[in-house]
Amino acid sequence: MALSTTSKRRLERRGQFISGLAVLLVVVLVCTLIFMVCSRGIATFTRDGVPLGSFLTGRTWNPHQSNELGQPTVGALPMVLGSFGVTLLSCAFSLPFALGASIFVVEVAPTFGRKFFRPLVELLTGIPSVVFGVIGLTMVVPWTRSWAGGTGYGILSSSIVLALMIFPTMMSLTADALSAVPDSYRDGSYGLGCTRWQTVCHVVLPTALPGILTATIMGMARAFGEALAVQMVIGNAAQMPSSLLTPASTLTSIITTSMGNEAMGTVYNDVLWSLALILLIMSMAFILLVHLVGRKGSSND
Amino acid sequence: MSRNLSRRQFVSTAGALSALFALGACTTGGGRPGPSDPAAARLSGSVVAVGSTALQPLVEAAAEQFMADNPGVQITVQGGGSGQGITQIHEGSVQIGNSDVFAESKLDNKEDAKRLTDNKVAVVGMGPVVNSSVDVDDLTLDQLKGIFTGSITNWGQVGGADADIVVINRASGSGTRATFEGAVLKGAKVPDTFTPQEQDSSGTVAKMVTETPGAISYLAFSYFANDLKALKVDGVEPAPENVETNDWTIWAYEHMYTSSAPDEATQAFIDYMLSDAVQGSLVEQTGYIPVSGMRVAVDAEGNVTKA
Amino acid sequence: MTDPTGVRSPKAARTKDRAATAVLAAIVFAIVVMLVVVVGHVVASGAGKLVDLSFLSGKPEQFKAGGGIGPEIFNSFYLLLLTLLISLPISLLAAVFLTQYLPEGPVARVAKTAIETLSSLPSIVVGLFGMLAFVLSAGWGFSILSGALALTMFNLPILVRVIQQALEAVPRTQRDAALALGLTRWEATTMILIPVAMPAIVTGVIISAGRVFGEAAALIYTAGQSAPTLDFLNFDLSSTSCPWNVMRPAETLAVHIWKINSEGVVPDLSAVSAGTAAVLMVCILAFNVIARLVGRALERRMTAA
Repeated sequence: MALSTTSKRRLERRGQFISGLAVLLVVVLVCTLIFMVCSRGIATFTRDGVPLGSFLTGRTWNPHQSNELGQPTVGALPMVLGSFGVTLLSCAFSLPFALGASIFVVEVAPTFGRKFFRPLVELLTGIPSVVFGVIGLTMVVPWTRSWAGGTGYGILSSSIVLALMIFPTMMSLTADALSAVPDSYRDGSYGLGCTRWQTVCHVVLPTALPGILTATIMGMARAFGEALAVQMVIGNAAQMPSSLLTPASTLTSIITTSMGNEAMGTVYNDVLWSLALILLIMSMAFILLVHLVGRKGSSND
Repeated sequence: MSRNLSRRQFVSTAGALSALFALGACTTGGGRPGPSDPAAARLSGSVVAVGSTALQPLVEAAAEQFMADNPGVQITVQGGGSGQGITQIHEGSVQIGNSDVFAESKLDNKEDAKRLTDNKVAVVGMGPVVNSSVDVDDLTLDQLKGIFTGSITNWGQVGGADADIVVINRASGSGTRATFEGAVLKGAKVPDTFTPQEQDSSGTVAKMVTETPGAISYLAFSYFANDLKALKVDGVEPAPENVETNDWTIWAYEHMYTSSAPDEATQAFIDYMLSDAVQGSLVEQTGYIPVSGMRVAVDAEGNVTKA
Repeated sequence: MTDPTGVRSPKAARTKDRAATAVLAAIVFAIVVMLVVVVGHVVASGAGKLVDLSFLSGKPEQFKAGGGIGPEIFNSFYLLLLTLLISLPISLLAAVFLTQYLPEGPVARVAKTAIETLSSLPSIVVGLFGMLAFVLSAGWGFSILSGALALTMFNLPILVRVIQQALEAVPRTQRDAALALGLTRWEATTMILIPVAMPAIVTGVIISAGRVFGEAAALIYTAGQSAPTLDFLNFDLSSTSCPWNVMRPAETLAVHIWKINSEGVVPDLSAVSAGTAAVLMVCILAFNVIARLVGRALERRMTAA
């Protein structure tokens, strides 16, 4: 503390400089990443001459073959549908549980929630995705096969595994949203003679709706981008998903399995980067959605 | 090795320094000693082999033995897939690129493959496998073609009990599928209406065929296990000796690509891979067939010649 | 739990309320059971391997039974250590800048957007970028260095957010008092804010370490899928068998699980997979418990002082 004023000022300036540099570094890294993925991802369209429309809506994925126009058959629709399928389904599985558990730990038994249940669920957040993949292979796939038939590999199994995986994220954020509803709202409702369930349905849930939506979108974002857990149980068949029980594939699972098999600079490789570009764009769309919901929520208040 | 030094300008780590040392050491080594040569002790350098995950166990085991004989040589074996192997050897960033398929089939520009040296180090035999519940032991090549193009859908049509055939295909782009289709379909087009389920990794295929009644797929010999049933084709057993004579036609080479002028340590290691020390023992232990015993040869276009 | 207006509410509403509470309790019960079954299954099916020293220290086998995961355990910890060494200073500085120097304005908005984008990226995309930038363009190959940098990209946004929250949680009065005493912002931050926020920072860092430890998708194309045998007496940093060499490929526990399940040929595949998963799970649980204990201990010391 016994520094002279000038050296203090120099230290201050140096501190500001290097901490600013750290921020700059992060920004530059992100920009580089986006630029590199984009420049690789658009090569399919600029260099290999695949029309964007036939890429997004094509139903056949066989980049080693060409169609009658001489363009590679690189329809990404099976993977896009697969990704959206597992994302929506896993959310549908997970949301009722996340919502129910959040209401219980916030409204019914707060002490049980804070001391026991939430730490337990937070533990689940830390379980690595490959372990969920192993759980999928050793528990979910055999279970699906014995109950629903087929080989067990497919969208249904992946959705169950993903639902387990995104549950902690969704539940924590939902519970936070419910806790953020001011107690005065509840008191008002009880004062009017409402039961707890009426209060939850008519006061707490509507007020917390933007927060619950945010939780759902974050869960979806995580499910959409998950690679290995899905890849281990979905079966990786690059064909139009015909049922929940037959092997399908997602954007991430095809990238994971094929990236190593294809040499850089070939059409097949370029198309894989285009799939990665779709992932990148979707993850940004999810953030945008979260912001829109957040802004709507705050303007309602 | 020296070609890519300029590209490593960012590297300020020990790794880069070691590469420099290794380079210096390579250029001062003399002759081209084989592994059993007493001069082998002088051999030094560092070799990185990248690529095929299927070939990785064999190369890793061979590298371990080779390094025990030649303490001066550092061999790093990495997976990543055949495409990675071809990419990195093509860019000159590694010394050896491992691949399950001919480089010609991975590179869009076929001329690029000509600048690489192809070392065929082993042969991998593949064959149809079925669930143990299937009571068929032998299929003709035509029947097999029928099953994998969708015209035969019931085991009753090929002499078995009445049960649906569950076809499990490999993902397009997999080396196993390319080999199988080349040998069985022989260019016949699969109708668009026939879309069997696909699986990518060999381990999962083995598991699925074991667990699904009526299932059929194809696997490398090394994945054949007791709980799977391997079929004969046209009466021929899927056995190494039948591959050697080309009586069993579903097989492929394992390749280790080097640049056209590999450094000494790399060449010595490739020579070692082709020597009896590896071909006789390790190759068979890892489920491959020694390339030295093959009595036919096949080129990248699929032309068969008597060796 | 008493309903203050129970007397006045209609009977139907009360029954409905009770039913709803029962359903909610059932949901929570189901979740707890599911959690215990899932975690129990993973740990139980690998329990035999968990106490098997030759499995924990042995080298993996490629085509024979009886392989271990010794190098994978070391690689996981070493990669984590390097990742933290790189990402911790950067994120600490970035968080200080964003909370103390420029909490608002266009620059802060750009930075926050960038960090948010990074945090939302699927880890496979981060891995692909790592492959392109570090493995291929920089020519570092599949190496620990490439892997640690990819993990840094993955870890940075998490750490920045954790530290930012910890710094913002320090009461404003403490900072104002420091500034009023004539300290510069930098001094106030390093001497007052960071020490006060330390328990929260440490807890956050350990929890993020758990996520780095179990990450696989960002590593399969950066740190590689092979684990050279390690010789702990080898200090030649250029040698592949030197544990500390950052240019060697390094398969981690999580990558090992993925790899053997997709292409493995070893006969005892399911046992190795279950054992590795159990080891990974126990490590993650340990990270969680340690984070809580350390956080609590630091808190106690701070408040006692």
